Amino acid sequence: MRAQPEAMSTAQDSKSEHRAQPRGIFRLLDNDIAFSFWQSKVTVLAALVTLLIVLGALLAPWIAPHDPFDLKTLSLLDAHTPPAWVRDGDLRFLLGTDDQGRDVFSTILYGLRLSLAVGLMSVAFAAVLGIALGLVAGYAGGAIDALIMRAADVQLTFPAILIALLIDGTAHALFGQYRDESTTIWVLVLSIGLSFWVQYARTVRGSTLVERNKDYVLAARLIGIGPVAILVRHILPNVIGPVLVIVTINLALAIILEATLSFLGVGLSPTEPSLGTMIRIGNNFLFAGEWWIAIFPGITLAALALSVNLLGDWLRDALNPKLR
Amino acid sequence: MLAFIIRRVIQALLVLIVVALLAFTLFRFVGDPINQMVGIETSAGERELLRAQLGLNDPVLIQFTRFVWNAAHFDFGASYQFKRPVIELIGERFSATIELSVVSALFSLVFGIPMGVYTALHRNAWLSRFFLTVSLVGISLPTFLIGILLIFAFAVSVNWLPSFGRGDVVNIGFWTTGLLTWSGVKAIILPAVTLGLFQMALIMRLVRSEMIEVLRTDYIKFARARGLPDRNVYFGHALKNTLVPVMTIAGLQLGSIIAFAIITETVFQWPGMGLLFLKAVQNADIPIMSAYLLLVALIFLSINLVVDLLYVIVDPRIRIDARAA
Amino acid sequence: MTQPVLSVRQLRVEFSLRRGALVAVNGVSFEIARGEVLGLVGESGAGKSLTASAIIGLLEPPGRIAGGEIWLNGQRIDRLAPEAMRAIRGKRIGMIFQDPLTSLNPLYPVGRQLVETIETHTHLRGADARRRAIALLAETGLPAAQERIDHYPHQFSGGMRQRVVVALALAADPDVIIADEPTTALDVSVQAQIIALLKRLCRDRGTAIMLITHDMGVIAEAADRVAVMYAGRVVEIGGVRDVIKQPLHPYSAGLMGSIPTLDSDLERLVQISGSMPRLTSIPSGCPFHPRCPRAFEPCSSARPQLARRDQSLVACWLYEDVSAGAAR
Repeated sequence: MRAQPEAMSTAQDSKSEHRAQPRGIFRLLDNDIAFSFWQSKVTVLAALVTLLIVLGALLAPWIAPHDPFDLKTLSLLDAHTPPAWVRDGDLRFLLGTDDQGRDVFSTILYGLRLSLAVGLMSVAFAAVLGIALGLVAGYAGGAIDALIMRAADVQLTFPAILIALLIDGTAHALFGQYRDESTTIWVLVLSIGLSFWVQYARTVRGSTLVERNKDYVLAARLIGIGPVAILVRHILPNVIGPVLVIVTINLALAIILEATLSFLGVGLSPTEPSLGTMIRIGNNFLFAGEWWIAIFPGITLAALALSVNLLGDWLRDALNPKLR
Repeated sequence: MLAFIIRRVIQALLVLIVVALLAFTLFRFVGDPINQMVGIETSAGERELLRAQLGLNDPVLIQFTRFVWNAAHFDFGASYQFKRPVIELIGERFSATIELSVVSALFSLVFGIPMGVYTALHRNAWLSRFFLTVSLVGISLPTFLIGILLIFAFAVSVNWLPSFGRGDVVNIGFWTTGLLTWSGVKAIILPAVTLGLFQMALIMRLVRSEMIEVLRTDYIKFARARGLPDRNVYFGHALKNTLVPVMTIAGLQLGSIIAFAIITETVFQWPGMGLLFLKAVQNADIPIMSAYLLLVALIFLSINLVVDLLYVIVDPRIRIDARAA
Repeated sequence: MTQPVLSVRQLRVEFSLRRGALVAVNGVSFEIARGEVLGLVGESGAGKSLTASAIIGLLEPPGRIAGGEIWLNGQRIDRLAPEAMRAIRGKRIGMIFQDPLTSLNPLYPVGRQLVETIETHTHLRGADARRRAIALLAETGLPAAQERIDHYPHQFSGGMRQRVVVALALAADPDVIIADEPTTALDVSVQAQIIALLKRLCRDRGTAIMLITHDMGVIAEAADRVAVMYAGRVVEIGGVRDVIKQPLHPYSAGLMGSIPTLDSDLERLVQISGSMPRLTSIPSGCPFHPRCPRAFEPCSSARPQLARRDQSLVACWLYEDVSAGAAR
């Protein structure tokens, strides 16, 4: 298609092609990106699935038939029940129960909640840390910049999972055997967050380097505004754009990293399990024939991961000027 | 070009030193080497004596140098859990992890590259769509989930392949290999596929997009205009230009395979370094953690260096300085 | 008159899109004789490159040849099967492109690319092929061909690279060479060298050349005849001196007037107002009429065909009898 002509339109052209721009919300539905969205049935499906899962997680306390974290309601007599449509199944427990008598369906919903919460918090942490360091590195330059960027380089030599495990292990060693649920979550958020700050820092640093030489920054400095105020009020709004794209990709990665850590046994514990922990527990019962404990959380995680990736793919294609 | 190599090696060494510093800090200051080595009954005086004996009161720089010196001789101290030298523990499991990693990498290349080429050349065939779907699954799903699903499919539902362990292994010198026995080969299939699926999907997508880009270039158009047969155009010109950037990325990914082996080894109870490391994390066994960190850093940096050098060798534009006629 | 080497008759190239078919080349006809240089000139978007791609059989879908005929030395080639067309490409029709840097594969030495082409189209193999490659390079004026044959493309300057490209196109001794903007990416001084090279080869080997360019200076220098294209049609075709000195079609007149010359006493260059119409909105009748300073009544309703006027062919109502045209 290289030879397709790209002649400019004449005055006659613009007249014949002119039509009124749609107003308000219809503009949102009518523009190019929205068009490509509705075009692809797969992307719409992926968005629907993601929406369903997120809603399920948010509304868990209201739609889950049981509360799997409330130990008083659990009974070991209910344990190892298969899904409702299988012989020996129980309609109270749609997808069966695990070895503690927890309803698998409810646990999935509550586990999703935890996964999403941890994911969001870690991404927020990584973003705040990365943006801050990026701003400082880009604005201050010199030794500080070099230091931060060397640290980033060293960290980038390793995959995120390794970093998360190391931090987790170190925290474990430093703070002894912590059994407290909330400590586990904070350590998890810290580990995952620290694994991901680098991309934010690099992107923001690049943009900051460009911005700091611009006139509005020089003007602010002349007036005597302090560096922190300049960074936060002036430069930050101008460099935040690409960060949002990173956040979307990062969120999916963070959720998967949390699931992996939980599966490995260094994440959320069995008393308040996330999807990863459930799969870990279920893994032990696969050969005993009690497949539902691992498979249903597995399917949910797979659906979430696939949908978010499909959405990410579509978003990247839609925003890619080369493909327009 | 020699200057380039030297510069890269120095860069790598610098990173290695920083990592060594981190490993040392971990080793010396997180957790107490003494408390892990002796029982509760040992008196404070005896502990102090032990501290002095082990040189734990010397200046930090001296301790660091000692640490690096020991590390260079593969002495990382003793594990807290097993009370055995770390290097022995790692040595026993080294071949298991490396074998698994190499087989995975080969799997991902052997399948990923042809699939990528096929989907680039036959963009609308149903087989291409199938391959792309498989690649989407490979890229999206976390490694452990792939492992569990594979186990469910091939070991639980039908008892074709084993779901844990290495099978029977053969010792060759210090290396143990499972590839020479039938049970060993069967045992490595599921773990290798699990570990390599992400890489395969990545390589396939990369080859596909690179090849599509290359097929749009002027030199391919000119090659066609000269009447060269398709075989020459696709596999002589297009493929070589596609593989050059792909190869660098694939090489870098090899390093991450070794890290992701941690997960795969856990799922399949594969007796490798990754599983050892995980247990160390769970039990705060600092010597193993810091040794693993250094070892992995060394492997990654070496791979990165080799890949960089390979790129220089393969691309004549970098290798030969451009001269005006 | 002897049979022309290349004969294009009423060629029509369409793009089949979902919304319908867009016609990019609409009834283009011309001929090139042996040893002749035909210039194909016009602004970007006129359809020159598409015509070239159609002739050599490298149109990319959704583009396709929707009508007309292309004849090469008495053989019809526009409907050939892909394999038959491939055998013709390079061997009987050669093509060179605008940018010599991107036309050569950066990873292979120049000699290897030459030998590959030679081995594909001739019986020469190995050392014989290599000798011929060196001879070709020398013929295009590349100094020290013996040593430089093993160099990589990036080791040559722009002009030298284009010589390599010409050598590659000549490797199988084709009957006609299509040169698509061969000098546009080169320095002015080098342009002259390449033009001279093409002319010399054309004379020595009797190769016909179809020279596509938007640069009238190159046409004046190199072409024997010139065809002016606008919006997918040929609007005037004739001897180069005639068309340059006495352009018949108002568009050609505009093109010639927009060439800056040292001895003209005009204070401003002639501009043609407006620009080439997009494929989706080609005006009815004569496509040039909205911009034409001499448009009159029939121009917007009926499309003029190429008709003989003196020594040239021109498609314009100014020269055609309107009543004769209306009767068609």
